[in-house]
Amino acid sequence: MSEILNLLSYTFMQRAILCGIAISFSAALIGVILTLKNYSMIGHGLGEVGFAALALAMALNLPPIGVAIPIVIISAIIIMFISQKKGESADIIIALVATGALAIGVIITSATSGFGTDTYNYMFGSILAMTQSDVILSVIITVLSIGIYLVFYNRLFLVTFDEKYAKASGISVTFYQFLIALITALVVVVGMRMMGTMLISSLIVFPAIIAKKFTTSFKGLVVMSVITSILCFLIGIFTSFFLNMPTGAGIVLVYLVLLVISTICCKLAKI
Amino acid sequence: MTILEVENLEVSYSNHVALKNINFKIQEGEYVCLVGENGSGKSTLVKTIVGLLKPDEGKINLNISLDEVAYLSQTNLKDLNFPATSKEIIMSGVQKHKTLPFYTKNDKKAYEEVVKKLKIEELQNRRIGDLSGGQKQRVLIARALIRNPKLLILDEPTTGLDYNITRELYQILDNLNKEHKMTIIMATHDIDELNEVKPRIICLAREIKYDGNIEGWKGF
Repeated sequence: MSEILNLLSYTFMQRAILCGIAISFSAALIGVILTLKNYSMIGHGLGEVGFAALALAMALNLPPIGVAIPIVIISAIIIMFISQKKGESADIIIALVATGALAIGVIITSATSGFGTDTYNYMFGSILAMTQSDVILSVIITVLSIGIYLVFYNRLFLVTFDEKYAKASGISVTFYQFLIALITALVVVVGMRMMGTMLISSLIVFPAIIAKKFTTSFKGLVVMSVITSILCFLIGIFTSFFLNMPTGAGIVLVYLVLLVISTICCKLAKI
Repeated sequence: MTILEVENLEVSYSNHVALKNINFKIQEGEYVCLVGENGSGKSTLVKTIVGLLKPDEGKINLNISLDEVAYLSQTNLKDLNFPATSKEIIMSGVQKHKTLPFYTKNDKKAYEEVVKKLKIEELQNRRIGDLSGGQKQRVLIARALIRNPKLLILDEPTTGLDYNITRELYQILDNLNKEHKMTIIMATHDIDELNEVKPRIICLAREIKYDGNIEGWKGF
């Protein structure tokens, strides 16, 4: 315990925890909608887009987040738009966007700086290197996601549960798809610093999948996902620090262990 | 009073004409069944009336506010395994033109009334996926009825339901039409159980093949 308290006295750790809680909170919120709408892989796809955007920013010596935010938002809207309006499967579009973006990122990286520490950090995360501006951005995005979620909670529920009914009721489904795409893109961009482009989708998918096993209501699912997400993040960051593991991978490992335990518990409870 | 008027309607999907030359009027309090074989255009007509599809030609004149129309879409009830309680689903029916994240006293009162009317009080806190086909369909009807609509439009509501549940569902609709004077338009392929109700039949085969009372209808 004293070791944990000692660890918390470091500024880099305080920043990491504050950022991590904020990102875990917003990722869990949006993850509930994305997993229920069968867009689970969108976080992974946008992570790859983020990688290409960061490679471009590094090549042009531009601010990474400033370049990544618009590119990832536009990609998220394109994925949502094509799957909604053109009726293409979301999986196919995400796979095309993800592999295309990764290829572009690899070409830019190898043609310029090569695969150095910066590239590695963006691919697998560097939560302990979070700056003050990362903390501010994470908190802003979390407040924005919570605000949108609260204000539009009932309509987001309706659009997620029964899009056809929502449309027939005169609700602009496209507007809510746009909101979902916007929050997803922002969470992915900020989460990339913490988890890396390769692991960011875990923050979106795991909490909702684990929470779904223990709740019967949508409201319960939202609350439970947020609690699971923050809890796994805290266990993951301390475990990875003491066991000298990469933090992002450590958090995913905690999710995996919890998923296995919860699945076994649910199966046993049904016997 | 004419509640709905369809004039020279034509709808097509990628160069395939699904409906053409559709003309009819529906009066307040009528019970209308849209019948026809698979691919005859029943669901297309329903979707066009509620605004999910755009007509290529013709007009749909709705003489009541869109807020007074409730729609029950064709749902595969077996796939309805969403993590939400019946109460959450029914309450989502009041969401039209409402963006506030909370419900008013009137919304709660309407909820109490509709669950009592459909006798589903004991299902309120159960997950939709854990209910039987008939119970799920009642919950979806309750969602449609919570705003006390004047016009209820249903698209194949008995798909996947067994004989007894189908009869039960038709009794609910019969009651809504007789006692609450609700206008009902229902796309269905299964009208053998409807003889007690005596609905008006509109038989489709891309065009209207028959429009009249059930006694005069001689099948597809």
